[in-house]
Amino acid sequence: MSRHRIVRTMDYNDEYDGYDDVYGHSVEDEHCISPTDAQQWLYDRARGQQSISAFLSKNKNIEEEDPDEEDEDASFEKARRDSESFQMPQLDEIEQAKLSSCVDEVRSVVGDAVSERRIVETSMKFDYDMQKILDEILNEETKKKPTKKTPSTPVLPVSAAKSSSKSAPTPPPKINLKEPRRGFEIASPKVPSSPVVSGRNTPVDGDDISRTPASLFKVSKEQAQRNARQLYEKERSDQKSHIHMIVIGHVDAGKSTLMGHLLFDTGNVSQRVMHKHEQESKKLGKQSFMYAWVLDETGEERARGITMDVGQSRIETTSKIVTLLDAPGHKDFIPNMISGATQADVALLVVDATRGEFESGFELGGQTREHAILVRSLGVNQLGVVINKLDTVGWSQERFTEIVAKLKSFLKQAGFKESDVTFTPCSGLTGENLTKKAQESALTSWYNGPHLLDVIDNFKIPERAIDRPLRMSVSDIYKGTGSGFCISGRVETGVLCLNDRVLVGASREQAQVKSITMDEFPHTSVFAGDQVSVTLAGVDINNVTVGCIICDPQTPIPVTLRFQARIIVFNVKVPITMGFPVLLHHQSLIEPAVVCKLAALIHKSTGEVVKKKPRVLGNNSCALVELETTRPICIERYADFKELGRIMLRVAGVTIAAGMVTKIR
Amino acid sequence: MKLLGKYVDKGMQGNVTLMPEESEDMWHAYNLISEGDSVRSTTIRKVQNETATGSSTSNRVRTTLTIAVESIDFDTQACVLRLKGRNIEENQYVKMGAYHTLDLELNRKFELRKPEWDTIALERIEMACDPTHSADVAAVVMQEGLAHVCLITASMTLVRSKIEVSIPRKRKGSVQQHEKGLAKFYEQVMQSILRHVNFDVVKCVLIASPGFVRDQFYDYMFQQAVKMDYKLLLDNKSKFMLVHASSGFKHSLKEVLQDPAVVSKMSDTKAAGEVKALEVFYMMLQCEPAKAFYGKKHVLRASESQAIETLLISDNLFRCQDVNLRKEYVNLVESVRDAGGEVKIFSSMHISGEQLAQLTGIAAILRFPMPELEDSDDDEDEDGAAGGGDSDSD
Repeated sequence: MSRHRIVRTMDYNDEYDGYDDVYGHSVEDEHCISPTDAQQWLYDRARGQQSISAFLSKNKNIEEEDPDEEDEDASFEKARRDSESFQMPQLDEIEQAKLSSCVDEVRSVVGDAVSERRIVETSMKFDYDMQKILDEILNEETKKKPTKKTPSTPVLPVSAAKSSSKSAPTPPPKINLKEPRRGFEIASPKVPSSPVVSGRNTPVDGDDISRTPASLFKVSKEQAQRNARQLYEKERSDQKSHIHMIVIGHVDAGKSTLMGHLLFDTGNVSQRVMHKHEQESKKLGKQSFMYAWVLDETGEERARGITMDVGQSRIETTSKIVTLLDAPGHKDFIPNMISGATQADVALLVVDATRGEFESGFELGGQTREHAILVRSLGVNQLGVVINKLDTVGWSQERFTEIVAKLKSFLKQAGFKESDVTFTPCSGLTGENLTKKAQESALTSWYNGPHLLDVIDNFKIPERAIDRPLRMSVSDIYKGTGSGFCISGRVETGVLCLNDRVLVGASREQAQVKSITMDEFPHTSVFAGDQVSVTLAGVDINNVTVGCIICDPQTPIPVTLRFQARIIVFNVKVPITMGFPVLLHHQSLIEPAVVCKLAALIHKSTGEVVKKKPRVLGNNSCALVELETTRPICIERYADFKELGRIMLRVAGVTIAAGMVTKIR
Repeated sequence: MKLLGKYVDKGMQGNVTLMPEESEDMWHAYNLISEGDSVRSTTIRKVQNETATGSSTSNRVRTTLTIAVESIDFDTQACVLRLKGRNIEENQYVKMGAYHTLDLELNRKFELRKPEWDTIALERIEMACDPTHSADVAAVVMQEGLAHVCLITASMTLVRSKIEVSIPRKRKGSVQQHEKGLAKFYEQVMQSILRHVNFDVVKCVLIASPGFVRDQFYDYMFQQAVKMDYKLLLDNKSKFMLVHASSGFKHSLKEVLQDPAVVSKMSDTKAAGEVKALEVFYMMLQCEPAKAFYGKKHVLRASESQAIETLLISDNLFRCQDVNLRKEYVNLVESVRDAGGEVKIFSSMHISGEQLAQLTGIAAILRFPMPELEDSDDDEDEDGAAGGGDSDSD
């Protein structure tokens, strides 16, 4: 069986869990010892300059160390190792005799606490002057003691402390101290500077890390030490940047048709497929839907002629790879639209320019309004507005400016910056001003701005939080090809690599990433902002639900039933009181929740508390509330993870409030 | 419920003999019986006998016991009421003071004696014995991947089964998985309807969902019914009714019961009435906040000035163990009635009752605005409003 394991990536901490309990192993078996390490326990006359009794006592010293004392400080360890690997300098006979007598002398005073090397070095430094040697060594020992109890202090500061402490009486020794030491090791012929020795004399970083895991879940060393930013530069610097764009708007504004046509014009849909769609839609008497069928694939969607779930596909522009998310416009499918919008960086708002249609979408309860507010509260701040179907009003400039004026004031209210909103006239069905400059004379007479593809290309790429711990929200679960099952979703923050261990959902089950695909191509690592599908092993498909969060085992996401949020109440028919049942939307998660406490009413702009414990929250108020769910959910504070700290409250098909999480209990 | 005998004297002391006939009556009994009452009913008890030789035999005997109730258990799913207490009447098998747990059974009478009968309890008996039962309704609220099959009786909404299936989303090139998942989900919902809905009792089955899920499901169900020859479904096809709901979660039942088509069909059920009353309260809160109040403190103050027009009160307040607290609520109800107001006692088993219980359990619509109430609630002693749902403040 062991042959099948990938030994290279194996997590030894994990593998050896419970190893101690295995019956029949002797103690020695637990640690392998290199020959040089072993040497210290073997008395070798050829090497030994010390007496056998010194050797024995020294060895006793080593054995006495508490094997459980894992966090012994580095300086002490170094001292021990110094004596392990120490070889006597090559000296002539008289010197040798002087030295050994001196060492014996010192030993009788200081005992075994000081390493052989230390004594020899000091003796040589002070030219076998007993008094000075003892002073030096004992001083050093007392200085060292206080620092001894600070674990994981790297070696360097200690030696710096050493030098500063004794710098007053003997400034030069520090340099002297170093030079002979280095000389010994190189000069000593019997030690073929084995990797163990030289490696161990440097600060032992690798060991320290494996010893520190205070976290509950173990991960491989690789995963723990990964430098996300570097990896990102390595993998992605030569590629076009990714961006996710959601297409929103009122039902029948022409979102799917616009996107279908765009895909066709950019060559992402073959002529043959398009022809098929044309024929089939003609058969149903819905020829105008032929482009929409590119994205509306289920039979139900085609038969009814509306999008029901978010459709996904991608196009490449000159500087970007754009994932298009085609949201449904129908009121009943807003939950789907929200789950799509949580994955988006930018949004395209499609508006029907036909007389009466724009108005119906824009009035209270229309989706133009609700969608725009929703994406804004979900953190999308760049918006491209497409004034669609302008051909039905004869490319009238008046109509265009009228709609633009209305939308501008509304979008400003909703919180979009004017500089981040663009307006583009076009026609999704005829394809005017989509990928090529406008041809229609009625349009070109007054419009010479960019076409739609340019607008998309001009979106700015938002900052990706690659350095943060991994968080990925699951938006879909399905059986993949081959074994296991796939989840798809967006990596919100951090990096996900092949064979990483991750925690799934509120139950915090451990799973391992078996494969990662993005846009149907396998990848070894994906980064924040990517839309990926991941095959997981080690977790049951029934324990993963849409909306759960996958996170890094070292910094797991908080799991809670109750949290406090700061919400902004939209236009509501029924005011919010205590005990108000709502649907909580968080990423792709939809969970029933109850507003269990109205903590305070807050001033909208200043953030001051206007009233404590209000009875009721009316229209357009801003408040601190506490929400309680029936099942534990994964959620983050807005201050920690913007992406995961946003929530949305809906009741009876209407969005009543948006907010951010301020406190988790 | 059948009322077999009632002896309540002027001091409101006395006993009542009742016979529960259907599972819902257990709910009424649960609301009637409180700790300290004595209940007499027939029951089965294991009795151990020791013979002269010293060997012991144990056998189960049916006997009639009277116990002083100490704790009350109600299982909402099975509708079983269990009363635990000490025996207070001499019995052939059971010693005085021995503990016994009575399981109230259907179609077996029991006698309930209370030290004091209040109006709420007497009303409850009247309500329980009302033979003009309104229709039982089954409702399926669903969305893609989630469905609740519920049974709505006069005073209870019981979730019979919750179906949760993760349905793969549509994705490029593989629509089959989505459609297969959907079919599997519909199959499960249909099986659950067949299992949990008793078409002899249920007058109407509401299928509610957002979008087209209900239509799809309806089509699927009857296609399957024809294919597999489910007589039960085909015979009752007329009982199905498609309604809009915004989601498949339980509380969207509220929307279903507000739907005009449903209202007209099941006009006078308690559930629909409660939903409407709560809606009126919320509308008032929106339009004229000074005329709608909740929380014990505010409502009591409003009642003092005889301002209450409609009082909404959840029946879980009357189930409290504290006798004095119950008396307080009973007095409130009586004083509102005396002042010509209307009192609606919500069943905490209904969706709207659940919401009211979260909203401190008590709310009132006033005759005239009392803005002074709102101003007085500044500080800490707002225990009525704040203490209802949460016991843990920071």
